[in-house]
Amino acid sequence: MTTEATAPPTAAARPSRLTQLDALESEAIHVMREVAGEFERPVLLFSGGKDSIVMLHLARKAFWPAPVPFTVMHVDTGHNFPEVIDYRDDAVARFGLRLVVASVQDAIDDGRVVERPDGSRNPLQTVPLLDAITAHRFDAVFGGGRRDEEKARAKERMFSLRDEFGQWDPRRQRPELWDLYNGRHKPGEHVRVFPLSNWTELDVWRYIEREEIDLPSIYYTHERDVFLRDGMWLAPGGWGGPRRDEVLERRTVRYRTVGDMSCTGAVESTASTVADVIAEVAVSRLTERGATRADDRASEAAMEDRKREGYF
Amino acid sequence: MTTTTTSTAPSAASVAGAVSASDHAHRDLLRLATAGSVDDGKSTLIGRLLYDTKSVLADQLSAVERATAARGGAEAGTVDLALLTDGLRAEREQGITIDVAYRYFSTARRAFVLADTPGHVQYTRNMVTGASTAELAIVLVDARKGVLEQTRRHATITALLGVPHVVLAVNKMDLVDFDETVFRSIADEFARYADAIGLPDVHAVPLSALAGDNVVDRSDRTPWYDGPTLLEHLEAVPVDRDAHAETFRFPVQVVIRPRTAEHPDYRGYAGRIASGVVRVGDEVTVLPSGKTSTVTGIDTFDGPLDEAHAPQSVTLRLADDVDVARGDVLVPTGAPATVGSDLEGTVCWLAERRSVLGARVLLRVGTRTVRALLREVNARLDIDTQTVEVWDGIDTLHTVDATDTSSDTAPRALTLNAIGRVRLRLAEPVLLDDYATHRRTGGFLLVDPADGTTLAAGMVGPTLLDRLTPTPPPSAADDDWLAGAGI
Repeated sequence: MTTEATAPPTAAARPSRLTQLDALESEAIHVMREVAGEFERPVLLFSGGKDSIVMLHLARKAFWPAPVPFTVMHVDTGHNFPEVIDYRDDAVARFGLRLVVASVQDAIDDGRVVERPDGSRNPLQTVPLLDAITAHRFDAVFGGGRRDEEKARAKERMFSLRDEFGQWDPRRQRPELWDLYNGRHKPGEHVRVFPLSNWTELDVWRYIEREEIDLPSIYYTHERDVFLRDGMWLAPGGWGGPRRDEVLERRTVRYRTVGDMSCTGAVESTASTVADVIAEVAVSRLTERGATRADDRASEAAMEDRKREGYF
Repeated sequence: MTTTTTSTAPSAASVAGAVSASDHAHRDLLRLATAGSVDDGKSTLIGRLLYDTKSVLADQLSAVERATAARGGAEAGTVDLALLTDGLRAEREQGITIDVAYRYFSTARRAFVLADTPGHVQYTRNMVTGASTAELAIVLVDARKGVLEQTRRHATITALLGVPHVVLAVNKMDLVDFDETVFRSIADEFARYADAIGLPDVHAVPLSALAGDNVVDRSDRTPWYDGPTLLEHLEAVPVDRDAHAETFRFPVQVVIRPRTAEHPDYRGYAGRIASGVVRVGDEVTVLPSGKTSTVTGIDTFDGPLDEAHAPQSVTLRLADDVDVARGDVLVPTGAPATVGSDLEGTVCWLAERRSVLGARVLLRVGTRTVRALLREVNARLDIDTQTVEVWDGIDTLHTVDATDTSSDTAPRALTLNAIGRVRLRLAEPVLLDDYATHRRTGGFLLVDPADGTTLAAGMVGPTLLDRLTPTPPPSAADDDWLAGAGI
């Protein structure tokens, strides 16, 4: 069956190239709609960090005027910044979302994981994350990971197949061609999906500025009591800091990433608006993970190892 | 890998960090792929692009400095730029690249997504993957060695995947004393080959990735070269597609039906425009059903549009309550479009298990997945010699046990990295766009229904493989026009 031409399309030729941010947005929306079309039970990981906030914003745009068709899940280390939890709860109420909380504290109480001597709970998130994926039978899990973040992530796919143990095997990755994402998986397996793969930290901030997206206040400058450990400004809290030999100081800081309080450092900053932050990030000589994540400093392959075990 | 450079700060010219936020609002995004091996200096070239555009930050650089020192290769204060692109542990240990890695750098004018693909012969599938989304490919040659078998292989894959722009990077010019005649003879030889395989737009740059000549900054050691540096070319190469000259294609991803108090009866079709332009009022046909309707709205979260073009993600509303679902494609009514259930095309085999004639597979094209039967593999492209071996087109279905997916005895099988011409019988008709004219909708995947493995990537219709075929394929012998012409 061939339909024959009767009239060719006519129009004045003019440039039709998207700007970088429009191209990235369109790609991310396309990925989210593919997941909605191909999977039964998708979930969006929502930490209250800027990348997951941008993902949620994109999900609202992708399905408008329908509500976001995904459950959101927060993997709660128990060492949270209160401002971030407030933001999370407000977003859930505002957008009518269904929230699942996977709790590291519960996993410790059940004996599924054991608290580490250094008090950091970031590496402990993998077990409650995988348990929640199994319990809720989630088959697609949106993460805010970006390929520019870290070198093991540079080889990550948009659609990343995980086995029953949540493991990432870089040698088993499916080739990803054009925009044809293969999400087929066996029972028990699931697919991690990274719609922000091709965004850089600056792209995320420029998009936040353009779209006028609200963020938790700790992303902007504020006064805070902090202490210095391993070259990072950490905030005191129930997680165990500061130690006796560590001195609290009042500093003007902000956060570049939001994670477990025990390993997320603040940077000294007076940036009070998105534009200030963009100017600061643009001239920064440190990556956001290098500047603020103790967990990535452990070894040259720290992220690769955690990814293999099923981390975000 | 002994390539080193001093770790002084790159020059301020043309770097992202020096530009204020507002200047970025209008820059576009260029996707490119690099082809070449470590021996050609590919990792060093990418390292140089990242380093000189200030895309490498201090902590990444100090990690590389530590790694350089740990390997004892370089003196203090120098850094092996190739290590910037090191990835997985196995790769570092074996000194090879296993997989496609994606790198990001930008200037005030353009942002770049670079697919860094390994160049070894066994990694054809990675090159095919990287080239599939690339608008530009950098083919790298060592000035001392010139155009090698490997260079032709990379150019062939670039042509096969229809990458519209090519840069021939003649690297290591410092090792041939920046000799113009060396550069010219390599560029001429490559141009002749590019012509033969139909690479449309080739631009050659003499450079030294190690020393930085003509990568970002213009070299004073090539006074005879007045063209742009590599980065200048990447920034300026016109890749604007004229969406108005393309035919509209809109694969439907999901049907949006809110059923909320605010939008009780809303029904829209969400997707990303694969090619062309759509306007409110356009007459469209739903394929494969052939039903027609009119576009009554182009919706986005930010408000309705009168017109939208590729590759925008939008939601279309139609005048009539026609049956439209995921997998359907909206096309302009009256414009040519072929719908069928016999597919001829070229595939690159991507799986460890070989092809089996008669195998039942899944075909993924656009947003549609249909069952398919691999009826015929009738030619294979030898990527090293760029010759096509034609296998007789007799349907050997009956001679092969179709259930034996582990068969090593299949006489004409495609193995990992092989490129061949196939015929597939589809369980239901689909839109069959030629890849040559529809890069987005003419590409397909073959998937194993049992475990979801991606078996092959394919291109509908004639490709480079057909161009290189010395005689008409056997299946053409029964074409009507041949008989009618009395041949």
